[in-house]
Amino acid sequence: MSVDINKLEQTATQVRRDIVRMVHGCQSGHPGGSLGCTDYFVALYFHAMKHDPAFKLNGEGEDLFFLSNGHISPVFYSTLARAGYFPVEELATFRKINSRLQGHPTTHEGLPGIRIASGSLGQGLSAAIGAAQAKKLNKDTNLVYVLMGDGELQEGQVWEAAMYAPHNKVDNLIAAVDYNGAQIDGATEQVLSLGNLRAKWEAFGWDVMEVEKGNDMASVVAGIEEAKSRTGKGKPVIILLHTEMGSGVDFMMGTHKWHGVAPNDEQLTIALNQLPVTLGDY
Amino acid sequence: MKKYTFTESKDTRSGFGAGLLEAGKQNENVVALCADLVGSLKMDAFIKEFPERFFQIGIAEANMMGIAAGLTIGGKIPFTGTFAEFSTARVYDQVRQSIAYSHKNVKICASHAGLTLGEDGATHQTLEDIGLMKMLPGMVVINPCDFNQTKAATIAIAQYEGPVYLRFGRPVVPNFTPADQTFEIGKAVLLNEGKDVTIIATGHLVWEAIQAGEELERLGIDAEIINIHTIKPLDEEAILASVKKTGCVVTAEEHNRLGGLGDSVAQVLAKNWPAPQEYVAVDDTFGESGTPAQLMDKYGLNASSIVAAVQKVISRKK
Repeated sequence: MSVDINKLEQTATQVRRDIVRMVHGCQSGHPGGSLGCTDYFVALYFHAMKHDPAFKLNGEGEDLFFLSNGHISPVFYSTLARAGYFPVEELATFRKINSRLQGHPTTHEGLPGIRIASGSLGQGLSAAIGAAQAKKLNKDTNLVYVLMGDGELQEGQVWEAAMYAPHNKVDNLIAAVDYNGAQIDGATEQVLSLGNLRAKWEAFGWDVMEVEKGNDMASVVAGIEEAKSRTGKGKPVIILLHTEMGSGVDFMMGTHKWHGVAPNDEQLTIALNQLPVTLGDY
Repeated sequence: MKKYTFTESKDTRSGFGAGLLEAGKQNENVVALCADLVGSLKMDAFIKEFPERFFQIGIAEANMMGIAAGLTIGGKIPFTGTFAEFSTARVYDQVRQSIAYSHKNVKICASHAGLTLGEDGATHQTLEDIGLMKMLPGMVVINPCDFNQTKAATIAIAQYEGPVYLRFGRPVVPNFTPADQTFEIGKAVLLNEGKDVTIIATGHLVWEAIQAGEELERLGIDAEIINIHTIKPLDEEAILASVKKTGCVVTAEEHNRLGGLGDSVAQVLAKNWPAPQEYVAVDDTFGESGTPAQLMDKYGLNASSIVAAVQKVISRKK
């Protein structure tokens, strides 16, 4: 499949603009992880996944995506809107009263593209496994994707699910870890070390691969293609996606401080100057 | 007092097992999950009949709730099975976010509820589960009284779209409701018409309420007895119609007095028709080891406790 990396990068730039404008607009939300995962989201929704913006919750005949670390909702919402799930103008309602774009993603307000609520951490992998097993029962050969944060791996439920999926040969599943090494209180190595993450997942029976440049579109696309080629072989697949929190906005990079802080007016201007309009602002 | 008889005593969990098998036969989308308690939950027959539709999760209840939620997305109707304590308190956040808030069609089926779990003691004897589950918006809470009713409830909830908490127990109890009953979610069952007091019971306390009704008849008290198998949504109409007639009420449940059926009934009365109420329930304490009968006696959850509560509540009538 030919891939127009340049076009994907332009989409990613617009998504990043959306993210900083959304969190600025409500003066809350989580820009850091959203910016870090932008390339992965764009690669999934604008290249790798078979999906239909005329959203059906059951996702029959489609690939499914689950966001476990729901606090990076800005990147999820922008990606969905840019992919045609709902009007981009609705991004302006993020975290505001009477919005479908709740602080954390939910089915409760009926936002197209969301299949389960997330935000309380550690639950997405289990849900993705259930959806993947339902696909197998339904003889639906499409894939299920799930993204988790690296700090989120401190939740015990993740490891319950990690133990379950290989035992049950859930090999239509591609998990990914946003491996940015940072969480609210600081570096994961300081807060609670993840240790040898590759060895941990391998020991649980997963097919582990790493994307070293998680903010380089060509690398991300190649990584997802590689992961897809490893499905259907008896093991669940997991990508350790090395990203940088705040990627694309220089003053938000190299620190955990922008995990959950919104830019002020001046900071917004600086950020937007680094992110030219490519698809038109909402 | 209407006469109730039974030919055998059976456990409500076996009613669940029988109902699950039947629901599985009726709808191929019914699937079952268990966290290493297949024998206790009586799921063997379903597993034998539909091995590909059963998921052994291991001792990982949080993961079980998440997988169940995920299975619904592909159109499955998952029935999770473990003890009531591990179906609720242990996984409250998972049930809240992945099932209730996400409005997933999961049937949380919970055995060994309450004191009658017996010898294992307070770690396993949940007395808080009704309260926890009824507080979740959109969650249906059902506590049937015997084998036949539990079987009927299990079949009925498979046909209902939305999250359900189905609570049942470990010991054998008189199986007195009709085998061919249709189970209507949210619809109270009037067991006996009376004029002096309304007894509203759920679960294992329903048979005790019938026993109490017979004793009260000997004492010259004419008790109306209602089986509330569905605590949420509560049949407010049936409750109000009865209490408007009798003027007082006793609620009976195998649960903490705080947060249970009694609280729900009290709220209905406070808003619509204030009346004296007495509670037959565990008085805000944990349980302990013992036989089910010993525990129900010690914690005041039996027919004689209901009789005493009736006498007290009648004395409070204006």
